[in-house]
This record gives sequence, C-alpha cells and structure tokens, in this order.
Amino acid sequence: MQTTFLGKTLHTPIVLASGVLGNNKAILERVWENGCGLPTMKSIGPAPREGHKNPTVIDLGNGMINAVGLPSPGYLNMEEEWQELSGRTFPINASIYGGSVDEFVRVAEFVSAKGPDFIELNISCPNSDKHGMIFGVNAQSSHDVVAAVKKVIHVPLIAKLTPAAPDIASIAKACEDAGADAICAINTAGPGMVIDIESRSPVLAFKKGGLSGPMIKPIAVRCVYDIFKAVSIPIIGLGGISTGKDAIEIIMAGATLVGIGTAVRYRGISVFDKVTNEISDWLAAHDTTMEEIRGAAHREVL
Amino acid sequence: MITQLLPAMLTVAEKEVHSPEFATLYVNQAIDFKPGQFVMVWIPGVDEKPYTISHHTPDRFGITVEAKGVFSKKAVSLGAGDKIGIRGPFGNGFNMGVAYKRVAVVAGGCGMAPLAPLVEAFQTHTGPEIVLIQGARSKSFLLYPDRFTAKVEICTDDGSKGYKGFVTDILMEKIKKQKIKDLSAASAPAFDMVYACGPEIMMAKVFDICEAHGIPCQVSLERYMRCGFGVCGACVCGHAVVCKDGPVFGSKMLRTMADFNTRALLKTGKPVPLNEYATWRCQ
Repeated sequence: MQTTFLGKTLHTPIVLASGVLGNNKAILERVWENGCGLPTMKSIGPAPREGHKNPTVIDLGNGMINAVGLPSPGYLNMEEEWQELSGRTFPINASIYGGSVDEFVRVAEFVSAKGPDFIELNISCPNSDKHGMIFGVNAQSSHDVVAAVKKVIHVPLIAKLTPAAPDIASIAKACEDAGADAICAINTAGPGMVIDIESRSPVLAFKKGGLSGPMIKPIAVRCVYDIFKAVSIPIIGLGGISTGKDAIEIIMAGATLVGIGTAVRYRGISVFDKVTNEISDWLAAHDTTMEEIRGAAHREVL
Repeated sequence: MITQLLPAMLTVAEKEVHSPEFATLYVNQAIDFKPGQFVMVWIPGVDEKPYTISHHTPDRFGITVEAKGVFSKKAVSLGAGDKIGIRGPFGNGFNMGVAYKRVAVVAGGCGMAPLAPLVEAFQTHTGPEIVLIQGARSKSFLLYPDRFTAKVEICTDDGSKGYKGFVTDILMEKIKKQKIKDLSAASAPAFDMVYACGPEIMMAKVFDICEAHGIPCQVSLERYMRCGFGVCGACVCGHAVVCKDGPVFGSKMLRTMADFNTRALLKTGKPVPLNEYATWRCQ
C-alpha cells in the first residue's frame, strides 16, 4: 500500500506515534518490517532527561494514561544511535522537543544534519511543566517556534499538535503559515488523572498524564476534521486508531497518513500490518481509493 | 482482583526475612501465573518496579526483594499489614516443554527468585530429572536453602559454602559427565533444556556453553521497565521488547539479539555497556 508523503515513498500509510517503542534502531526497523511506513523516534530533547518515576504508563482497558516525562539522552549524546541509523534502509521521523524557541532551534539544527527523513516538532506533550504543550496551545508561540526551526532544517517539518488547544484549527493554520510541511494530530488528550482510592494517591508519579487509545478517538477525529478545513498541508491523523475502520474514519476526516501508538498494546507489533490490510480490504470491498475517501466527511451528503 | 490494568492495592500478609539483604513479601491473593512472569509492584509515593513472582500457590504469592536501591530498601522495610499495589502478571514466562527427561536450572544470586517456582513445578513425579546449580557471592546470599526436594549444587565466589567458583564450571562438568553416561547415544544432548537467571554475563556464558554442546536454553533478562506491556520501549534489548517478548528468551532469539550481554538503556534511553548499566541500577 505504497504512499507518497512530502516527496518520500512510504511502504504503508501507517506512522508509529512518537513515544511508543522508538528507542533504538533495531526496534524502529522491526516496527517498519511489521508494516509501519514511517517509524518515529522517541522525542529528542536539549539535555539529558530521565523522565518521571514510575508508575508512568497505566493501561485503563479502553486506552492508556501516561506521564513518561520526555526521557531523552539529550541531542548531543546520541552519536551511537545516529551512526547506526545512518546505514538504515527505512525512513525515520525524528521527534524533537525544547523548553524555548532557542532550544528547539538548537536541537532541530543538530538533528537535521543527522539526516532523518522528517523532523516532528513536539509542541504538544502534556507531561512536562516546561516543555511541549505550552507552545501548542497558543497560535503565536506555535508560529514562532515553527518559523524559527524551519529556517535551520533541511528536511520537511511536521508540527505535532495537542487537543488541549482551545482552537486546534487556528494552531494548525499558524503552523502552516510559519512554514510547516505537515500537521500531526493529536498528541495525548487531557491531561487526566486516576486516583487509587485505597491509598488515596494519584496512581501516576507525575499525578496527571496524557490519555491515549480508543477512549480519545472521537477527539482525534474531530481535531483532524477541524484542521483539514483550515489548512492545505497534509495531516498525519492519530489518536485511538486501532483498526482499519478507525483509520478509514480519520482519513475521511482529512488525514493523509494514520498514526498508531497505544494499539501496539492491544494488537501487538503486527498491528501495523493488520491495520494496513484492513484498510486495503475495506477499500476493495467499497471499490474506492485512499484519495477518494480523504476528507470525504467534509462533502455534502445529498 | 489482580489485572494488567490499574494496580490492585493489597495487604502484605507476611514477610519472610531470608538475610539482611533478602526478604519475601507474601500476599494472600490468587494470581494467574506462569513461572518466569513478573508483576509491577507499586509503593505509593516511592516508585513502581518489576518483580518476578518467587512463590506461588493457588491462593497466595510472594516476591523476593534484594535491598539495593531506594525502592527495594523501602520494600524490605514493609511488613504484615502494609499495602502494596500490584498489576500483572506480565511477560511470557518459561516454556516448560513437553515430556522433558532431564533439565538443568542455573541460578546466580537473586536469579534464583524466578527459577524457584519453575523448579517446584518440575518437582512432580512425572517431571524431569533436575540438575539444580545455585551460585552466590557468599553463603548468606544463597536464597531458599532447603526449599527444594531436588539436590542443589552450590557454589560461592568466596568458597563460604560449596564449590568455590562459578555456576558455569559446574554446568560444564555436568554436561561432560552426562556425555560419558550417554556414550551409547552419543548424539543426544546432555539436557533437554537449560534454564538460567542471574547476572547477564553468567547467562551469556550459559548460552555459549549450551550452543557449543547443542543444548537449547532459556534465560530471563532484566532491563529498566516502565509500562510492563510492550508499549513504551524503555526495556528494548536490540529488537526485542524485554517486558513483552520476554523476559524469558530462548536460544533462537538470543542468537539474534545484538544487545544481549553488551548493552542496556539507561532511564534517559541512552544505550550503555552492561557494566555501566549495572552500576546505575545498583545505586
């Protein structure tokens, strides 16, 4: 199910969501071999960061809550990984984060020179007080960081957005105006909280965390729908996508590619192949194509 | 009810102190369990860590903790009546095979904990002959003396009990002896399966010995974990996800795992040589 995305050929339209698995070359490659067209690396930050104490990731049954907290070796300490990745036979999307426009720029410039196929700006992580989401909830800050990063990188730029933005379409438009080549939506929703009533304690060590998986799919579909109306650049749609039908739904909202993260928990690493096949089967059964259904939910039903 | 979802807060029913370093916390609760699987143990306000189940009966299970870091020192200070959160069990567990005739079980230090329920499961009248080899730094670090009906070959680094030297020396010797016994059937491997858990360098040595003698083996690996169910990627060892594909890996998989006995990820995700990882883990 070959797909072209921003000039690159991907063997499937399925993207691995950032923060899931992506910790080394071998696992990125395994995900790709299992039907993921575009594996995303774990978010790379400006300095070494351990992330939060456990519990960091809890399965709630219909999705997860997590506050892993952006662990990263720091962009200057990943030489071994870049060395290994330089000989790769598959595309990668390098997710990056920072605590200021300057930090984003510094990380982006360095990472761009390492030759990833795309750079994804994580301006949407809810699990750190200083990084991420504070940019993605404000159109002006989003514009500033995208514009500044765009100037220093040589690969297409994807802006990853948060559903916590009061008007995600205006954030997407600000990113497009600043030079973003694509939008990725959505990051985890919330943040939410679960409290263990016996110990009277929030379960996550960070207390609150982002929600993902089936429980947030309607939010993701709505966000992609709104973004599709506002921008003309392609959208990677994700948030609770677990099956081919889920993928079709978010494509009808306007997505060009479809991201998968939490569904790895429910269907294993082969979920990428499974969803790809389910999309193909659905398209064949309905005698239609990806191009024909993209954004189909926006057309007037007569 | 214990599930893989939110932790169940359970009361510690009993604490068995093995030595100044080791204690087992027991919970009177049924858990669907296969030897080699682990649970995530949560102490609110402290941390959550993976522990293999070391004791199991239909209505009770235990986890053995070695007091090393902040979490484990807190855990061994708990006692009857204290509460811990449990989610799981996670991981694949040991493959116990079908109609094995003779197996070897090789344990180093706290590596005895995941192997003990396996040994007990094999110790039935229909079970295989078990060659149990247990090693530790010194006598006081030998877990569960007198727990097994199978005879235990003991070795210690300092010679304070049993043979002074490595478990792998004994394994080699047992393989050689078995070969002499089996001369009539020279092509048969000395064991149907060798199970090992302990320091990774020990398990790598066991794997090498088994490979050289055409014996299949299974080892149980340890990596820093977060989710426990194969999503977050913190515990990857090469292309293997230790919490989900493992923690038990067989010979076939071990041959393909580039990071086995070489690298592990720190909490930041940075890959480092195993000795550096071990130093960090023991802090």
